[in-house]
Amino acid sequence: MKGLSLQGINKTFGKVHAVRDVSKDIHSGEFFTLLGPSGCGKTTLLRMIAGLELQDSGRIILDGEDITGLPAIKRHINTVFQSYALFPHLNIFDNVAFGLRSRKVPGAEVNQRVKDTLDMLELGEMTKRFPHQLSGGQCQRVALARALVNEPKVLLLDEPMSALDAKLRAQVQIELRRLQQKLGQTFILVTHDQDEALIVSDRIAVMKDGQIVQYGTPAEVYDFPKNRFVAEFLGSANLFEGTYKDGRFHTAIGIFELEKPPPWEKGLIAIRPEWIRISDTEPAKNGLRATVTEIIYRGTNLDISLNPGPVRLRTSTYSRIKIGDELWLDLAPKEIAVLNG
Amino acid sequence: MKKINLLLGISAFSTMAFLYLPLMAVAFFSVNDSKYGLEWKGFTLDWYTKLFENELILHAAWNTLVLALVSTLVSTFLGTILAIGMDRFPWPRKMNAAFDMIMHLPVIIPDIIFAAAMVVAFGFLRTLAPVFDPGLLNMIIAHITFQTAFVALVVRSRLAGIGKEIEEAARDLYADTTYMLMKVTLPLLTPGIVAGAMLAFTLSLDDFVISFFTAGPDSITLPLYIYAAVRRVVTPQIHALSTLVLLVTIILVICMERITRRVNKK
Ligand SMILES: Nc1ncnc2c1ncn2[C@@H]1O[C@H](COP(=O)(O)OP(=O)(O)OP(=O)(O)O)[C@@H](O)[C@H]1O
Ligand SMILES: [Mg+2]
Repeated sequence: MKGLSLQGINKTFGKVHAVRDVSKDIHSGEFFTLLGPSGCGKTTLLRMIAGLELQDSGRIILDGEDITGLPAIKRHINTVFQSYALFPHLNIFDNVAFGLRSRKVPGAEVNQRVKDTLDMLELGEMTKRFPHQLSGGQCQRVALARALVNEPKVLLLDEPMSALDAKLRAQVQIELRRLQQKLGQTFILVTHDQDEALIVSDRIAVMKDGQIVQYGTPAEVYDFPKNRFVAEFLGSANLFEGTYKDGRFHTAIGIFELEKPPPWEKGLIAIRPEWIRISDTEPAKNGLRATVTEIIYRGTNLDISLNPGPVRLRTSTYSRIKIGDELWLDLAPKEIAVLNG
Repeated sequence: MKKINLLLGISAFSTMAFLYLPLMAVAFFSVNDSKYGLEWKGFTLDWYTKLFENELILHAAWNTLVLALVSTLVSTFLGTILAIGMDRFPWPRKMNAAFDMIMHLPVIIPDIIFAAAMVVAFGFLRTLAPVFDPGLLNMIIAHITFQTAFVALVVRSRLAGIGKEIEEAARDLYADTTYMLMKVTLPLLTPGIVAGAMLAFTLSLDDFVISFFTAGPDSITLPLYIYAAVRRVVTPQIHALSTLVLLVTIILVICMERITRRVNKK
């Protein structure tokens, strides 16, 4: 198989089980993101792929070759470190050339490849500068260049955007996505920022306590969270507890129809605030009569809380809703995610 | 409030005076054109020129320099290796605590105890080979022993400052251990190594106790010479010599300060 295959990876630090039995196939050319809260084992998993940490058990296969026992210097994988870890005593050119020179690539080729990579990342003017003379965004691009110049089979990125301010981050996320599509290389990104994960990824693996709890495209993971953790970690969600009987789901605020019967009798359903529609008349199915209790203006949209519930929904700023209005809400069965736990 | 400030100022000033007046007095008498008196008889550099005519002093200066240079070179090398070995090898955690102890011990142990231990050790070694008779070799070895700990401490703190991520980046970029050491670790460590070497050099230059216990008749150093001379009579020549030693030490300390400050800024 082309790509990276993780098979039953485990890692413990003393009593902490940092990574539990992670198995995943990451296709060649895919932008794959490990998303999860702080301390869930993302960095540890990434470091094991890089060869900087040795797993307790499990195998790592890269393009059909077992690299489980290979040290970092034998793996054709490069990393963009969270703090960039640029060499402070080397200028930008020498920083980027490091990986080629340590493999004794001939000088002329080094010059050409470094130049091309720096130009691609618009760093051509900075070759003679030192890391401490660069801005955070430039340092980040140098770190990217230093890894990419080696044309790794897999590029690992450990929260590469966390040191950038919000505006720059949004811009860099899109640039990173474009770069990856242009190069067609496998990128594995670690982040705890759900927006970032949704923006850049082909596929997202959501991690919790060292395990992958859900895996899929951004839309699959966002629209149909499998459990409470994913529903709440990615964006906000209305969660309703209840029981399923006679083909319908009974909750404290109403009775709803689901697309498919759930695999349990008592459980949770979730619906995203932006999937709840406001209706002038009573909807044919899953209608809910509710009163507006709070309106938060967010510029691009309004966040509205209603009773009973509270139900939260998101609507466009055009709607002329006031506190105290009574509305019909439409919770369409196809927008409802059935959670298992 | 003003009164307290004034009081603080005065006490700070008098403490400074207390510390530096004796040293200034020495410098003052070293250029006073009077052999015994305490009053000012005019400026002269005679005592300094006489220094350089005194065979004993020149010999002592030579010994001091050889001792300081050789011991500094060797201890810098050993201390650096020791620091890298302790910090970068994946020792178990308990081992690290033990290392800390071992490193700090030579630093906090009283010189006199250390010197006495040296006497015992060399006494034993002497029964094996006569080269361990009191003399320059013994002094060099003794100085190396305590300097190495100081160098290792300085280098180790610098290593901790560099952090492991930079070295992981080097390994991630296909550098084997030698390449990493030569191109990343050592260049980044250089300021720490230089600072450690200068500290070792200053310590050796000024050391009296350990030299006193390990020196032979032919390996008198400047501190030992000054001690012996002062016991007889304090001459302006000694003042001149002391002033020179003091100056060298001050210059070294200032250089060291500069280097560490530059390192910390980065
Ligand atoms: N070298 C180590 N020694 C001991 N425990 C460690 C070590 N590295 C990680 N851990 C522990 O393993 C768990 C996972 O850590 P990891 O760094 O992988 O988390 P993370 O998901 O990257 O978090 P963050 O988003 O904060 O970077 C944590 O509980 C952490 O304390
Ligand atoms: Mg991390």
